[in-house]
Parts: sequence; C-alpha cells; structure tokens
Amino acid sequence: MSRLEIRNLQVSVNTDAGAVEILKGVDLTINSGETHAIMGPNGSGKSTLAYSIAGHPKYTIVGGSVTLDGADVLEMSVDERAKAGLFLAMQYPVEVPGVSVSNFLRTAATALRGEAPKLRTWVGEVKEAMEALNMDPAFASRNVNEGFSGGEKKRHEIMQLELLKPKIAILDETDSGLDVDALRIVSEGVNRAKDKNNLGVLLITHYTRILKYIKPDFVHVFANGHIVEEGGPDLADKLEANGYADYVSK
Amino acid sequence: MSLATTNYLTPTGREEAWRFTPLKRLQGLHDGAAIDGQRTSLVTKSSLPVGVNFVRESLQPLASSDDVIIERVRGLAEEVSHLSIAANCELSEPIFLGRVLGALDTAEFSRVRISLGAHAVATVVLENTGDTVLAEDLEISLAPGSSLKFVTIQEFESKSVYTARHHAVVDKDAHFKSITITVGGDVVRILPTVEFIAPGASAELLGVYFATSGQFFEHRMHVDHAVPHAKSRVNYKGALVGRDTHTVWIGDVLIRAIAEGTDTYELNRNLLLSDGSRADSVPNLEIETGEIVGAGHASTTGRFDDEQLFYLMSRGISMENARRLVVRGFFNEIITEIGIEGVQERLMQRIDGELEKAGV
Repeated sequence: MSRLEIRNLQVSVNTDAGAVEILKGVDLTINSGETHAIMGPNGSGKSTLAYSIAGHPKYTIVGGSVTLDGADVLEMSVDERAKAGLFLAMQYPVEVPGVSVSNFLRTAATALRGEAPKLRTWVGEVKEAMEALNMDPAFASRNVNEGFSGGEKKRHEIMQLELLKPKIAILDETDSGLDVDALRIVSEGVNRAKDKNNLGVLLITHYTRILKYIKPDFVHVFANGHIVEEGGPDLADKLEANGYADYVSK
Repeated sequence: MSLATTNYLTPTGREEAWRFTPLKRLQGLHDGAAIDGQRTSLVTKSSLPVGVNFVRESLQPLASSDDVIIERVRGLAEEVSHLSIAANCELSEPIFLGRVLGALDTAEFSRVRISLGAHAVATVVLENTGDTVLAEDLEISLAPGSSLKFVTIQEFESKSVYTARHHAVVDKDAHFKSITITVGGDVVRILPTVEFIAPGASAELLGVYFATSGQFFEHRMHVDHAVPHAKSRVNYKGALVGRDTHTVWIGDVLIRAIAEGTDTYELNRNLLLSDGSRADSVPNLEIETGEIVGAGHASTTGRFDDEQLFYLMSRGISMENARRLVVRGFFNEIITEIGIEGVQERLMQRIDGELEKAGV
C-alpha cells in the first residue's frame, strides 16, 4: 500500500519575463489501487503538475510538499523518484538517438531492480509486454522514440509502465493523438498494470473519452493552477455535457 | 632531402589551412625541424589471401597536393608501402594493417598506397597505435566498379603526433566508404579527401572523434565533384571534454561546373561534455552549377540535451549512466558502420573508459 500526498504545491517556471507562477496550491492524495482523473482546459497547469512531481529541472518548487509513503519526493533527484516508485508516462516522449529500445529498457530495469535482470527471463518479459500492446518485435531494435508514430510512442510508454512496475503512475495526456483502437490497447495496458501491481494512477486528460476505458474513482477539475472541483465518476459526465466554461470564468 | 630542409613553404598559422592547428605541437613536422628516423612502421596483421599483395616499391603520387607536410613526405620517403587488391577479387574478411617501431624522438615520413582493381571488393582496417611522430601521405585508388570500406582508427598514445592526408581517387561506378575514428594522440590532423574521376562514382565519409584533456584533433575534408553524376555523403560526429581540448572539422565540397547531377550532403555534430573545450565546425559548399540533384550541409554544436537526460532518469537511470547512454548512442550511428563486432566493442569500451576518467 502506497500513498502519494501533494500538499499546497506551488510551482513557477522561469520565462524571459521573470518567474511565472503556474501551480497555485494543489492538494491531492493518491493511494495504491485508486485512479484519479485530473481534467481541465489547456493551459490550466495539468502537465506542470505531472512534470513537477517527476522532477523536471524546468520547474521551480515555490512552496508545499510532495511525499511518497512519507518520504520527501521534492528532495529526490529524478532517478531517485523513479526508484521510489513514481512513473510519468509523457505526453511527448523524447527521442534518444542511437539507443535501442531493448538497451534502454534493460538499463532502466537494471537501475530500478538493483541488478541486471536475467537475460532469459528478461527477453520473455519484454516479448510478453510487447505482444500485449500489439507491438511488432522489430520495435525493440529501433532507437528510443526515434521515428515513432504518436501511437507507437504512447504504447512504448505504457510498455515501460508494465515492465518497470511503479507504485504510482502519472499519465500525462496519454490519450492524445490516439485512434480508437490504439486508445483501447493502451488503456488495457494501464488496467493490467492496475490489476497486477495495485497501481495508483493519476490520469491527466483534456477529454472524457479515455475514462470509458480506464474507470476513475475520483475526478478532479483543474483550472488556473489548482483543483476547483472534486467528485466521483459522474463529474466527468457533467464535464462531457457542459465543458470547462463554468470553471474558466471563475 | 632539399625540400625538407628548406622552409619557404613553412606555414605560419595565418594560412586558411593552418589557422586552427597548433603548429608548436607538431614536433617539427611542418617546418623541417623533425629528424627523419628512417622508419617504416606499416605492417599487415592479417594473412593475405590470393589476389592481395603488400610490397615496398617506388610509385609516383596519384594526385598533387598543396599540403606542405605531404610535400615534405614526398621529398623524404623513397618507397611506398603498397597494398594491392587484384581486379574482381572479393574479400570476405577484412585486411588489418597496423604499426610497429614507433618512437617520439625522431619522426617517420610515410607513403602508403591502397589500390583496388576493377570490381574488387574489400574492407581494410588501419589501426594506428603507439608512440609516434608520423607524417603520412596515404593514397587510395579505386578502379571502375570496385568498392572499398576503409576504416582507420587513431588510437595513438598520448604524446603522439599524426598528420596525414587520406586521399581517394574514385573511378567510374566505384564506391569508397571511409570510417575515420580518432580517439588517441596529442595532435591528430587528417585530411580525408576524395576526387571523383568518372561518372557514377560515390563516396561516404564517416567519422567519430572523441577528444579529452587538451587533445587537438582536426579533420579537414575535401570532396571534389569534378565529374557529372557522382554522389558524396559526409557525416562526422565529435565529443569533447576537458580544458583546452580542441577539435576542428572542415567540410569543403566543390561542385565544378561540369559536375551536373551531383548529389552531396555533409553533416557534422559536436557534443561539448564540459566547459573549457572548443569545437570548430566549418562546412563549405562551393557550387559552380545549378544542374544538380542536391547539395546541403548541416553543423551543430551543443551540450547534453536536458530533455533526453530527464527522460532517461525518469526511468530510474542515474545521471552518470544517462550521460553514458546518450554519448554511446551519439557515436553508435557511425561505429556500427564498421561492421566488425570486436573492433566496435573495443571502441565503445574505450569511449566509456574516457568518459569515466573525465568524470562526465
């Protein structure tokens, strides 16, 4: 059982015009096995929340705290956060030229497990994860995210989620740019990880369509750098019907 | 002899061709001060298959040169080490050349020829190692329809100086591919140059250099499109670390008026791994005809990409290992082109070792 606690998190980003405050006090608690959907209009700070928790150097923490099972996440380096059990599926996964997917995955698994996975079982693990996401075996020898289609990038992210077995995963607009089939395949991957590893999920999205595949326990509406309304799955239905107009004007 | 002792050709450092080179560190190769040690260091390290010969003989130069050190070499070296591969000879295994008899107190002036007969196919690997002060005029001739992969690996010891021209003359429908790896030596200055003499000729010049702790590595290409319908590709990648480390890449491509249908592209990328290093990168494209398939160049010099490091680290990979992965990946594209497992692995280990030493 793990718990990610975000308390009064305030984050700014440096721009040419000076520091701009983006998160204005976010409070959120995610437990193992729970799925929280964060929904909000573009520019509301959803991605900033995701990247701040993962430790992207672009963002400056101005105040508040983030803890995972009581440990101070904000004090950890980026790799330490992953080792503590956090995972961020990125909206725009980064190309790493010359580094093959198989080399990357094995290096990551070695780092997270503290020892190199045994080659024989590892090959089987990767093959299984790729088959489950309907990925061509040739994928493993391609360079990380290089020349991947939008759908391939997202499948690759979810494959990592399944292989690396984090405690809490943040999915940053994993649904964007996916067609119906890819959305279903990717969602099934997330649901498998939830079932197998009792994963806690923070699902960031602009649209409600992914919530048909990944059922949220809680829905939080995000606007102007903080959570403006919270509720159960039915809140998503209300957003589907009314949009974000009520919140943006507030 | 007279050429070497005269100094009217001696560069001052103001010449375009010498403006980056630290002349004082050339051990007198450029100004005639170096003493000729009368050495011949080049040896074959493979048993030679039928159709392949390696002899010392007198040969006229294939091509003229305006490089003063090459002029001095031609004045001093009486014989040429000549590796010849007979027409229609298709070699399944690479031929390895290496060095013996190195020394730092005197210099070696070396002439080398590699020639392929018509339709011959070969891979030649020249492994440059040891302590040496070496000036070399290396000429390669590719007869019509032949194909050569020429790998040179500069893994000299830390006080060595190597200045060389690696000049290929490529005939009709022949293909020249060079992979130039420079990781060792105090000063290494190589002129990889190509001259096309009939249509259908092509060349691919690839290179990797990794300079650390004050090393100076210069690669100064020249590709002469003097005939129609020839194709050239240049791709050099360099990484630098440490104070006063300096690399130079010059990519001169000349498309003469007659060279219609030319297809050329050159690329140089540099990765600065620490403060205090300097990478010069100068692509020069001179085009005398518009009737071409394509001509382009790109040059980038930068530091580690924060987004790449963040992505790798967000998967639990430490900063150190993330950087190592990125550098390995950066060089991998070229190193895998060597196609010889053992050589590739050795080079990657060397790069890892250098990274560790440099504390990157």
